[in-house]
Amino acid sequence: MRRPTPLKNLGRELAGFHGRLKIGAAFVALLAGVLLARGYFLQITQHDYYTGRAENNRISQVPIAPNRGLILDSKGRVLAENYSAYTLEVTRSHIHNLEATLIEVGKLIEITPGQLRRFRRLLSESHEFETVPLKSKLTDEEVAILAANRYRLPGIEVKARLFRNYQAGHGMAHVVGFIGRINDRDLKRLREAGREKNYQGGAHIGKTGLEQSYETLLHGRTGFDQMETDSSGRAVRVLSRIPPVPGKDLRLYLDRDLQEVAEHVFGNYLGGLVALDPNTGGVLALVSKPGFDPNLFVDGIDPETWKSLNESPDRPMVNRVLRGIYPPGSTIKPFMALAGLELGLRKPSDAISDPGYFTLPRSSHQYRDWKKGGHGTVDLGKSIAQSCDVYYYRLAVDMGIDRMHDYLAQFGLGEKTGIDLDGESAGLLPSREWKQRRFKQVWYPGETVIAGIGQGFHLTTPLQLAVATAMIANGGKRIEPRLVQSVRDPLTRAWQAQPVATRLQLEIDPDNLAAVRAGMMAAMQPGGTASRAAAGAPYTIAGKTGTAQVVGIKQGARYDAGSLARKHLDHALFIAYAPAENPTIAIAVMVENGEHGGSTAAPMARAVLDYYLTGKRPGNMNLGAIDATE
Amino acid sequence: MPQNSHWILRRLGHLDGMLLTLVVLLLGVSLAMVASASGQSPARISGHLINIGLALSVMVVMANVPPHILSKVGPPLYVAGVILLIGVALFGEIRNGARRWLNLGFAFQPSELLKLALPLMLAWYFQRNEGGLRGKHFLVGGALLLLPFLLILRQPDLGTALMIGASGFYLLFFAGLPWKVIAGGGMLAGASLPLVWSLMHDYQQRRVLTLLDPTSDPLGDGYHIIQSTIAIGSGGLFGKGWMQGTQNQLDFVPERTTDFIYAVFGEEFGYVGTILLVGLYLAIVARGLVIAARAPTLFGRLMAATLSLNLFTYAFVNIGMVSGILPVVGVPLPLMSYGGTALITLLLGVGIMMSVATHRQLNKT
Repeated sequence: MRRPTPLKNLGRELAGFHGRLKIGAAFVALLAGVLLARGYFLQITQHDYYTGRAENNRISQVPIAPNRGLILDSKGRVLAENYSAYTLEVTRSHIHNLEATLIEVGKLIEITPGQLRRFRRLLSESHEFETVPLKSKLTDEEVAILAANRYRLPGIEVKARLFRNYQAGHGMAHVVGFIGRINDRDLKRLREAGREKNYQGGAHIGKTGLEQSYETLLHGRTGFDQMETDSSGRAVRVLSRIPPVPGKDLRLYLDRDLQEVAEHVFGNYLGGLVALDPNTGGVLALVSKPGFDPNLFVDGIDPETWKSLNESPDRPMVNRVLRGIYPPGSTIKPFMALAGLELGLRKPSDAISDPGYFTLPRSSHQYRDWKKGGHGTVDLGKSIAQSCDVYYYRLAVDMGIDRMHDYLAQFGLGEKTGIDLDGESAGLLPSREWKQRRFKQVWYPGETVIAGIGQGFHLTTPLQLAVATAMIANGGKRIEPRLVQSVRDPLTRAWQAQPVATRLQLEIDPDNLAAVRAGMMAAMQPGGTASRAAAGAPYTIAGKTGTAQVVGIKQGARYDAGSLARKHLDHALFIAYAPAENPTIAIAVMVENGEHGGSTAAPMARAVLDYYLTGKRPGNMNLGAIDATE
Repeated sequence: MPQNSHWILRRLGHLDGMLLTLVVLLLGVSLAMVASASGQSPARISGHLINIGLALSVMVVMANVPPHILSKVGPPLYVAGVILLIGVALFGEIRNGARRWLNLGFAFQPSELLKLALPLMLAWYFQRNEGGLRGKHFLVGGALLLLPFLLILRQPDLGTALMIGASGFYLLFFAGLPWKVIAGGGMLAGASLPLVWSLMHDYQQRRVLTLLDPTSDPLGDGYHIIQSTIAIGSGGLFGKGWMQGTQNQLDFVPERTTDFIYAVFGEEFGYVGTILLVGLYLAIVARGLVIAARAPTLFGRLMAATLSLNLFTYAFVNIGMVSGILPVVGVPLPLMSYGGTALITLLLGVGIMMSVATHRQLNKT
């Protein structure tokens, strides 16, 4: 095969080959040098950097959500509490085929269409890597089934979660509020406040009511476990732990029993009722009708229920005590009376003759009294007791809108009361400047006339009326209403009283105040507008009825309840405090379409006063049976 | 019996003691690394032991086959390999978008065969024409190289094509490929780079781009490189210790018993370990080049030199890829990664080197 090769040739060939071997060796040495240089760069030069990266990989901070503080009533009964339950949760990013997985899960345990809709809504609102609850409050059997099938369902987890239970349900919904899942808006707010880290590990935040306004106290501080985790995020072991600090418990002024009485007597009317301690501003009862079940919101409400609540014409989600704005009607009269006395425009004994109407000079327009034919001779006491309109038409004109505005403003009308709940309305106390600003119009004298009886532009919340009433009860001290009486530190278990906040102390001539108080007491006596509601009370009540027109009535026409649809019926109002000699409770009631303060609103207040002052629970009282007299 | 033991000793006499020592050392390290990287999985460790045993046996057998017989295997092996590659192009199975596999009852990659068949073929060809090597022989050699290279390239499998192309080039180089041709080829290759880039598949381009900036795709292609460089870098000078690498033990390093085993090694044994590992490879190459220098036949010289350089090239490409200076191509770390096929192919090559080393007399046929 091989041709013979001359030896000389072979030698030269071998020398060439050895030369090339050296070049090959040099080439290999060069490659080795590159590898060693790279190794030096990574392992020596950049060692610290990569050590940090490796530690970041390895160690993860696992947040531990703190226990939320409890909300208790004045007697220490639980209104909002925590409980632990198993939840089926889904992480979208860990699932290859979501629909197939959902069908698989549906074969194992029952998933209702409502739960599925809620899940899809939550899914659309959250990021891929977030876990979204599919079904809460799993039974032990369901937990066992899911645990047995977990290996087939990646991205599906059963987790123990803390939930919130609102035992009082509908009745307290507007006071306690509810927590709900943290959404993008909440997250943005937390981020701006620099508090987002404190919400890692928890999915909930207070959305309304006390749950919202006391969020920082209730939430507590999130703890952290330093965990060693593997690449799929599974915890291998705990390296160190910063324990969470539970949230603070809240104790309210509110008495759950009193609240239930108020709920009960309100029946199916729409409206609001609020009772305050006139000395501290503590809210003893706060009812806004209709209510709703706050438990629906805790872990995400399903879209249908949400729609029906949100779009209901009865607006069950609106807290009417804080946010419902209504003309105060005749409940403004005691304050007008006090203004007349304090401004020196009237003396208690000054009397007018009421023909049943009032006219401005050089005008034929008749401002009618609610009572056809008028009240005859009316002094200050009778004007309050019988709610004489003409007395206040005249007083308003004598006073003028500027002085009226300035005096009434001191009672906090048209101004937020500063209650410890969010979303309060300011209402509206009309003035010349306001009208110029709002409508670019001058103030007309006729507007002053009707402002004198709380109609026209006036808008107040039931809470404002309660605060103003408390000022008459306590001698001019304007307190800020407070739901929370004291706060408990979770570690020391010590209750700390929340300070009482006084906005201002109005100086009132004692004689003038006594005259107005006497008028309000007379309103509850025979001959007064609310005498029937006070009948047989073992304590003295000072009160004032009111009616707020919903539909304007034409000149010469008569108000005819029978011809009006219910939603066009007048709103009934009532303010009161008791016992008149030494008041411990001030109350404001606003019944939408309740027609007459004396017949619908006042009996509700009476039942609340009875229970608060004597402990007497209402029987099955029939509100409609009491005759209307205003 | 003494007759029998004498027979065994004679067989073992065809082993090269130094090469054997280096290989066994590396395989020992490999076993320790597979144990660590698999979380001491008994299945992986015993599987690896079986592979090692099998591959060492193959090596012993190869060491006993005289080079002149080996050289005759070249042409049929090469022809069979090329036919199978054409078969792949026509009937091959497509997996992950590439036509690389042939279904022969089991999945088979003919390109694996060419890793040895091409050098054997070329060495046989140059041995045949020894003494009168002229331009036309290198032209034929180049054609023999290009044929499988292009077939594998269009599968597409750029990584394997380049590795096989490199082995063919080493052989042509050691056979005395003129410098003018090397320089011209180099310039031509440089000039055609933009053209090559435009002909590259999307995933190939992405791999190169990922290499240039792994953070551009931290959860996709870049993830492997980022995690392996973190593992290596965090190893520091002395490493975190055997089975103490967090990147490894906590599952952050991907494919860590196979292609990325160097990341585990670098993390647990540090820069000192890296120096020793590269040192071991260099020692194998050095021994291979000495064998080549002393080989009595052109075939032996070419095979020993080419296989040595080839082995180091695999090590360079793998370590370079794992430490983030070369794109991610599926090249295992020689004698370290878990995997039977690669190990057997490599020890076949080592066996050939030993055969060349121990069959000193010029066998003429």
